[in-house]
Amino acid sequence: MSELIKKTAAELAAAVTAGEASAVEVTQAHLDQIAAVDGQVRAFLHVAADDALAQARAVDRKRAAGEPLGALAGVPVAVKDLFTTVGMPTTCGSKILQGWRPPYESTVTGRLRDAGAVLIGKTNMDEFAMGSSTENSGFGPSRNPWNLAKVPGGSSGGSAAAVAAFEAPLALGTDTGGSIRQPASVCGVVGTKPTYGGNSRYGVVAFASSLDTPGPFGRTVLDAALLHEAMSGHDPMDSTSVDAPVPPVVEAARHGDVAGLRIGIVSEFSGDGYQPGVMTRFTEAVELLESLGAKVTEVSCPHFKYALPAYYLIAPSEVSSNLARFDGMRYGLRTGSGSAEEVMAATREAGFGAEAKRRIMLGTYALSSGYYDAYYGKAQQVRTLIIRDFDAAFAQVDVLISPPTPTTAFDIGERADNPMAMYLADLCTIPSNLAGNAAISVPIGLAPEDGLPVGLQVMAPPLADDRLYRVAAAVETAFTERWGHPLLAEAKGISR
Amino acid sequence: MPITRDEVAHLARLSRLALSDEELDHLAPQLDQIISAVAQVQEVAADGIPPTTHATGLVNVFRSDEPVPCLTPEQALSGAPAVELQRFKVPRILVEE
Repeated sequence: MSELIKKTAAELAAAVTAGEASAVEVTQAHLDQIAAVDGQVRAFLHVAADDALAQARAVDRKRAAGEPLGALAGVPVAVKDLFTTVGMPTTCGSKILQGWRPPYESTVTGRLRDAGAVLIGKTNMDEFAMGSSTENSGFGPSRNPWNLAKVPGGSSGGSAAAVAAFEAPLALGTDTGGSIRQPASVCGVVGTKPTYGGNSRYGVVAFASSLDTPGPFGRTVLDAALLHEAMSGHDPMDSTSVDAPVPPVVEAARHGDVAGLRIGIVSEFSGDGYQPGVMTRFTEAVELLESLGAKVTEVSCPHFKYALPAYYLIAPSEVSSNLARFDGMRYGLRTGSGSAEEVMAATREAGFGAEAKRRIMLGTYALSSGYYDAYYGKAQQVRTLIIRDFDAAFAQVDVLISPPTPTTAFDIGERADNPMAMYLADLCTIPSNLAGNAAISVPIGLAPEDGLPVGLQVMAPPLADDRLYRVAAAVETAFTERWGHPLLAEAKGISR
Repeated sequence: MPITRDEVAHLARLSRLALSDEELDHLAPQLDQIISAVAQVQEVAADGIPPTTHATGLVNVFRSDEPVPCLTPEQALSGAPAVELQRFKVPRILVEE
């Protein structure tokens, strides 16, 4: 195994910029790792070997010509397969888009190309980002690099697994109800849901438009911040993109510090249903934060218990509308015969998996005349109350903390046909999506009972994304010192 | 009030999903379970609480109306299942009664 794949994105960009390693060498080392382990991990739906090497050669040519290089010069990035990418397929983990090659590039991936990053391939995901395990992918599940019998979380499970398996130092995901933070937590990597509107959704295939948030994965807090900064910023192509400066996340990641910081524990996120080992590590992290000078208190957010039901009305409602575009007429699968309506119904029946169908019908129900006020309308009011809970909490504390998800990685198959059990994985992450604020998951150790990674969720007000990195960097530094090595050094799931 | 198999079949028609009988049998009880769970939102006293449709508070975002490059017809049609005369070719949309 090449030593290059063990390096951080920050180190790789510095090495490429200084000419100590070429972008081609760095890319090839990661392609070799993918070839060696992805048969086991199955993080990728498409490995863009030739394309990636061509991108890398372009970076090396720029350097040779003395041109300025971007912040991610020569750094491979794995891309969740719902960002449109010119020259690579984009399937969203769905058979309805199998083989589709988009004619335009997403703003986020375009920015990464401009920053010198090498897009190395497209990662597996729950179909259209609906799920918490990648088992809803039309192309089979990805596996957790800590234990191949376990899920890597989802929906951005392929991206989290790719980073944890050293197949790429960085990966892109999207987080609609926890789809970055939960897989980051169960794979032992760092993952951030930035403030809604901080990143462009242009070229991000829509799941729930009012909630979808592109964000970064990395093995270190600084790496996640580097990707966060490179992908962020206002985009006129997305009318929901916020015209505000990008929070100084890299600066914050370089200066982890919680001294004097007011931290609130969300009291609703503990108790029944929380795995003991997850709470053991959470309590240990709280003690660590206190020892580093933070003032930790408990804060109650009384409406958070209604976040999950509200989300499972709002998100499916938006899904039933957004997925109406997959009609077999302009792109993607077309099957069946007869009238356009018959072809549509046959195409959608053949192309969508069970969870997509469940959510489309749930949303259609919630938006139906006669049910709208009782379901969708009420859920939107609950959304307001959750925002008010956050506002009240952030009047008392600077950040909130909780477990990112109630358990460690569960067995593949364990919840596959039990939708309500699967939905509980998003219990602690959903409030930040409904409120549109910022949250991160950072590794804090292994659960004693199963030896699987546990994360800490930190939540901050909208556009205060830098606070997440200041806290996460302090936690990372202190724990890494205590353990004597990064957490991922203990991952032994992949046989060689 | 449980959701019936007939209601689920109606939702499938509205959703343009040609579900098989087996899928209907499987999905109907699952949807019923999910809908009973999400109905918890009705417990919340929310009289007079305004709905939130999105979190940024942005309203009526405008840009100047300037021509910019867009997809070529070839690019726009590149993923089409069927094309004729530089147009998307679709099955008949009007059915004789």
